[in-house]
Amino acid sequence: MSEYIIKNGHVFDPVQGIKGDKKDIAIKDGKIADKVSSAAKVIDAAGKTVMAGAVEIHAHIAGPKVNLGRIYRPEDKLFSCTPTKGMERMGGGASIPTTFKTGYEYAKMGYTTAMEAAMPPLFSRHVHEEIRDTPIIDEAAFPVFGNNWFVLEYLKNQEIENTAAYCAWLLKATKGYAIKVVNPGGTEAWGWGLNCLTVNDPVPYFDITPAEIIRGLIEANEYLGLPHSMHIHPNNLGNPGCYETTLDTLKLAEGYKAKNKFGREQVLHLTHTQFHSYGGTNWGDFESKAKEVTDYVNANKNITIDTGNVTLDETTTMTADGPFEHHLTGLNHLKWANVDVELETAAGVVPYIYSPNISVCAIQWAIGLEIPLLMKDPMRCYITTDHPNAGPFTRYPRVIKWLMSAKARETQINAFKHKDKVLSQTAIGTMDREISLYELAQMTRAGPAKSLGLSGMCGGLAPGMDADVAVYNFNPEKPVANPDDIEKAFSRCAAVFKSGVQVVSNGDIVSNGNKRTLWVNVKVKDNPQVTRDIKEKFIKYYSMTQNNYEALGHHFIPNPYALEVDAT
Amino acid sequence: MANKITLNLISGRTIQQGVAIEGGKEKPLYRTAAGIIEMDHQDFKKLGAWKNSNVRVSSEFGSVIVKAIETTQGPHPGLGFIPMGPWANSVISDNTYSTGMPTFKGVPVTVEVALNEPILLGIELVQKQCGVKVG
Amino acid sequence: MTKTVTDVICPFCGTLCDDVECVVSDDGKQLLEVYNACVIGTEKFLHSQAKDRVTRPRLRQDDGSWKEISYDEAVEYSAQMLAKAKKPMLFGWSSTNCEAQSVGNEIAEISKACCDNTAATCHGTTLIAVQDIGLPSCTLGEVKNRADRIIFWGCNPAHAHPRHMSRYSIFPRGFFTGKGQMSRKMIVVDPRPTDTAKMADVHLQVEQGRDYELLDALRVAFKGEWLPDVVAGVPAEKIREAADMMKSGRFGIIFFGMGVTQSLSKNHNIDAAIAVTKDLNEYTKFSIMPMRGHYNVTGSGEVFAWQFGFPFSVDLTRGFARYNPGDTSTIDLLIRGELDAMFTIGSDPGAHFPISAVKPIANMPSVCVDPHLTPTSGVSKLHVPVAFNGVEVGGNCYRMDNVPIDCRKVVEPPEGMLTDEQFLIKVRDRLKQLKGVA
Repeated sequence: MSEYIIKNGHVFDPVQGIKGDKKDIAIKDGKIADKVSSAAKVIDAAGKTVMAGAVEIHAHIAGPKVNLGRIYRPEDKLFSCTPTKGMERMGGGASIPTTFKTGYEYAKMGYTTAMEAAMPPLFSRHVHEEIRDTPIIDEAAFPVFGNNWFVLEYLKNQEIENTAAYCAWLLKATKGYAIKVVNPGGTEAWGWGLNCLTVNDPVPYFDITPAEIIRGLIEANEYLGLPHSMHIHPNNLGNPGCYETTLDTLKLAEGYKAKNKFGREQVLHLTHTQFHSYGGTNWGDFESKAKEVTDYVNANKNITIDTGNVTLDETTTMTADGPFEHHLTGLNHLKWANVDVELETAAGVVPYIYSPNISVCAIQWAIGLEIPLLMKDPMRCYITTDHPNAGPFTRYPRVIKWLMSAKARETQINAFKHKDKVLSQTAIGTMDREISLYELAQMTRAGPAKSLGLSGMCGGLAPGMDADVAVYNFNPEKPVANPDDIEKAFSRCAAVFKSGVQVVSNGDIVSNGNKRTLWVNVKVKDNPQVTRDIKEKFIKYYSMTQNNYEALGHHFIPNPYALEVDAT
Repeated sequence: MANKITLNLISGRTIQQGVAIEGGKEKPLYRTAAGIIEMDHQDFKKLGAWKNSNVRVSSEFGSVIVKAIETTQGPHPGLGFIPMGPWANSVISDNTYSTGMPTFKGVPVTVEVALNEPILLGIELVQKQCGVKVG
Repeated sequence: MTKTVTDVICPFCGTLCDDVECVVSDDGKQLLEVYNACVIGTEKFLHSQAKDRVTRPRLRQDDGSWKEISYDEAVEYSAQMLAKAKKPMLFGWSSTNCEAQSVGNEIAEISKACCDNTAATCHGTTLIAVQDIGLPSCTLGEVKNRADRIIFWGCNPAHAHPRHMSRYSIFPRGFFTGKGQMSRKMIVVDPRPTDTAKMADVHLQVEQGRDYELLDALRVAFKGEWLPDVVAGVPAEKIREAADMMKSGRFGIIFFGMGVTQSLSKNHNIDAAIAVTKDLNEYTKFSIMPMRGHYNVTGSGEVFAWQFGFPFSVDLTRGFARYNPGDTSTIDLLIRGELDAMFTIGSDPGAHFPISAVKPIANMPSVCVDPHLTPTSGVSKLHVPVAFNGVEVGGNCYRMDNVPIDCRKVVEPPEGMLTDEQFLIKVRDRLKQLKGVA
């Protein structure tokens, strides 16, 4: 394998505490090395910013609901198609790009690892086919557990060990990575057109509350010692006043400590926090509760969050929160797609236009920025757009601009039609914090990698770690003349390496890399009851046989990388 | 005896047609399953034809010889049914109205008795209409 | 000695039954018996064993006879044809696996072709409607476990999807439907009293082609507003009875088929049916699902969508993907005479296109990749027989509810025969040489 040395760049690496020092980064055999031979190819990074490859902790980029979005929104391809070019396959789509375009766009921005945030277990084979066709970036997928009948039945009887054994079985069958929970109980209720809006609403028939599901899955997660924590999209997403449900959810993690060998410290990851930080009682008195939510998170070290920044674009919302999408189509009257998945989950898809001329959208934009600006520890707050829900991931450079420049925020605030409302309902106008490049590296590299239990592998530039490196045309020593220069610099990398292979040069794709599918292989004690229960559910209630359920084989996962966990 | 009736033609799947396409479209069984028109008892009377006699079905899009049989899923007076396949597709409307989808159902056709004309095999019927030289 | 292969997936219709059992000879070369499949599926498995099967490619000669050629020669003909053509069509894809579809898409991209699947003649109009108005749907297991109202609109599963009613929709006893058929009400809308309609609690014998009116009348009836005495041939009281039955269920579903997609009004019929479903969600829980025909037509749409962004009728001739049914759809392209080469795989347009769209195929360079003899192979210049997908080779497929199921290999194909994917890879690699791409 080729050797490289990236010379004279300004390196930002929270793993080693490097804050912009000029330093050479050596790459050998796919890893960061102490030194390389004189044969190493030299990449001149003088006057440039060097960081580890970025880590996406939560995006919807592969699988049935993403593809449903592609199928039912031909308009998303208008003016967004890209022709075949050198290495690059044809692409298309703005908020829901094709798989090839997804891989290229992430790589060009310096991302080398991404998590598909919601995999319906029954559809795992589909998710893996799309992951296979997404070039360059390492990917993993989180199967959803929060409305799964096995989980509901075991947790109703507080059977943590059985829940854990089932989770281990499902992670293996679906080649999944983590325990994802979406609107716990509410999506099962949606099977009957109902919902659970608080953590205490009982789930119809199953007679369990969201709070019991959340606590049970935290316990199962720590019982197994998985790399990532329970990853939750709480109940009552997107409604005025929902922050109270969010706080109720976070409080359920009190008293739990992380148990794992991966260096993870949190027991609960709260995703797209922006959508869960709303006050008010209706859309008229809608207001930010970012402070209340971040105050709680700041004080409780066993929680990590991601932001879910609204980017003010036309996009396609999609979530396993089926009842929410039905609610949303009632608000905006755009086309509604829904898929209820037997025994497991549901999903909905509705297009959405975050217009800067609508006060609610502008307030959502402000809340998304308030959250990272209020978080004291950037290692526990990660930048996402909940792609494509709050905006497409391709807008990360713009979000970075807003975070790094108070001036850029001010420009945007002044451009809002309802500027006064934004200023009265949020605190964005009073915030002058500007995120530094070091903090940015924490929020997009070291932080998410640690939360995912991957801190030994990616998110940093210490020797021995995977050689995922991004070089940006951004000189930290020069003052920023125009905030738009930040956006431009983070849009297209000067160079990107993925596991030691150069994949981007001057903003162009030069290799399709060596993409891997990450998954978590948990060994648990033989559990005859769970084995029997699984068999029975397949015979009686699933529409396919158990022997056809597993995602298995080269055509689904050509290049697997399993993180081994021993929970026996 | 030059009786002619007008029917509204639809095409569609039958289980016999499904079995026949998997059994081989070159075989006579395919013709037996799909080289037919199902008509209502009343329409047979109007046509003045015996059941199971050969008829010519014509529309503005083409013409084909099939066997007229009494409907198996009736009554549906005024409606003719030819199972999906090359016989039906010789007469259905190719107009897609810019949807990409031809109008396989709801095509006005005339039916007349054609006792002595042969019903072609599936592949043969298509080759003949396309002018394919077969050695 | 024989052995039994279990959990076999039936490669016939979109029901994609995965509980078939096949008895094969000890050497794995012969398929002897088939259990659990319907009569069509059984025939499909057994016919693969036919002694008169064509096992080598054949090229049509000037005198009309076939000449047997090697696979390499067939690859050369196909690649040359695609390299030379200005606007080739790669059509079909619905009776092959997703891996072959993926390779086909690469070929399409290299040769800047049009590519389309059999949605062209089944649920293409459904996809157009979904793009207009969305689609509230579910998996078939949800129907089995929850549904107490089943509507079959313009479809006849007793004939077209023979095990649908027993596996998913009418008879099974699910989690919340312990009484099976007794816990369900069944409504059938069809201009004929079909074998499915004969089983229904209510049969609305709609006048052929007037489904849109009837669907709209149902929407009126949900709201309890005024209706004329008869709509689309159905008396108002019968419409109200059906509307009340739908509203009073706890979980309902509309399955629909060619009766609505192929009649006049086409996508507008589906628009109305989806609107009915949306309306019903104000009262109870309701879903709607197209009864997809070919066992992997759904998969073809999925693969097209994640690779090109559109589910069918994709035109790559400009170097990027375009989609505009009516313009980029196969039948329109054929009738307008815009294509100059036809590559068919995993479908039979010769039998299932209107004859005016078949004639142009006979008059242009054409390849038909199909294990069977078909009207398409009969009018094509080159016929390439391949292994039976789902019998002699596995691979991923998508059920009508978009659930992916990996097909199984049950027996060996005849000596020396290629699979779809193997043949396509050879064509792709040769085409790359001809086009000079890496």
